[in-house]
Amino acid sequence: MAINKIADDMVAALEGTKDGATVLVGGFGNAGLPNDLIHALIDQGATDLTVVANNAGSGTEGLAALFAAGRVRKIICSYPRAQRCDIFDALYKADKVELELNPQGTLSERMRAAGAGIPGFYTATGIGTELADGKEIRNFDGRDYVFETALKGDLALIAAYKGDRWGNLLYKRSQRNFGPVMAAAATVTVAQIRQQVELGDIDPDDVHTPGIYVDKLVFEDLEREWDV
Amino acid sequence: MAVQEVFTLDQVQKLSRNQLSWRAAQEIDEGLYVNLGIGLPTLCTNFIPADREVVLHSENGILGAGPNPPKGEEDRDLINASKEYITLVKGASVFVHSDAFAMIRGGHIDLALLGAFEVSAGGDLANWTTGDPKFPPGVGGAMDLAAGAKAVWALTQHVTKSGAPKIVNTCSYPLTSAGVVTKIFTDLAVIDVTDNGLLVREMVAGLSLDDLQTVTEPKLTAANDLKVLAPPAV
Repeated sequence: MAINKIADDMVAALEGTKDGATVLVGGFGNAGLPNDLIHALIDQGATDLTVVANNAGSGTEGLAALFAAGRVRKIICSYPRAQRCDIFDALYKADKVELELNPQGTLSERMRAAGAGIPGFYTATGIGTELADGKEIRNFDGRDYVFETALKGDLALIAAYKGDRWGNLLYKRSQRNFGPVMAAAATVTVAQIRQQVELGDIDPDDVHTPGIYVDKLVFEDLEREWDV
Repeated sequence: MAVQEVFTLDQVQKLSRNQLSWRAAQEIDEGLYVNLGIGLPTLCTNFIPADREVVLHSENGILGAGPNPPKGEEDRDLINASKEYITLVKGASVFVHSDAFAMIRGGHIDLALLGAFEVSAGGDLANWTTGDPKFPPGVGGAMDLAAGAKAVWALTQHVTKSGAPKIVNTCSYPLTSAGVVTKIFTDLAVIDVTDNGLLVREMVAGLSLDDLQTVTEPKLTAANDLKVLAPPAV
């Protein structure tokens, strides 16, 4: 049977997501946010989630809505501060969500490592700071490095521009951000796309995320404006 | 020739945020790959001389970031690390986040300009958290840039809103990275961080070194060729 990763029903595409899952959520600022998929995850119902994302949501929709619905036990991110991030702020102040802060490059590299089968790595980022407290330090050629572990996801939700039925993806501009690393780091990756194209329409040289990393594609609602 | 008038601290004309950023931007050499942090550093984008090719890097996967687009021409898929809409210059490239940070952590970025809560005499930088438990801290790419860029400059007001020095003997806030800042641009002075301490290269008109010292904790030394810090009105 021909390979076809296009899913018509967004909630059904997320059906295997269990309570307690680790969910990698793409996007940086307002670019590349998989808002349609986040709302489908709210409808799907999984809770007690660990979310990995650069930011912690803003406004009332997207990630902020997932927090407001009480589905997130813990967030691993680099920068939860944002304009209009009051939903996360309130949960944080009330001690109702756990925050693990990672330097942005460490966050990205932890997922890249997971996708590449590398269990951990040493980095100079964070040396001499609170974010290296309690972690192994090793000296290479006279410089100290801190050991960081790979960060895997059970599910990745990402947004891309074009996709084909094999799951090959092309992103537009800064929409790409964490998409390719998250796609590789998760057991199941679902991408929302704006446009489905035929096999071969994305030039092989221009495939940013090869379909091997992608399990399902759903269609973004092009009309919808999000409060994020 | 008239003797130059000397003002007290509250009489001198401090630089505006734009002027401070303008001054730092003039110091960036042609050909450098540069990351501009959130806040004052991002303002430098507008003040790099037009005839000077400097390649701006953004953590979200861009080399060749250009100025903000005119209103109505924003591309919602094209933003910088400060989450502002930007344009791309000719020769720009777009890549994945992990590559953006491989450039930083792999030592490929020539220069990072960062904001600061505090900078110490030894070049320690604190700019990610005040430790206030009521506010979630946000580190973003600051630790990666501070540890990975070949050079780090700090851009900051000289004193806090309450008038306390931000250039201190030892940072009171949690560090972003130790011993990395080599140059400090403030609204009062341009200061080099050297092995022999802080060297004042420029000061705003009318300010004495003694007055600058009263709002700076570590001992200051004036450069032999001390100049007046006088950016245009920008």
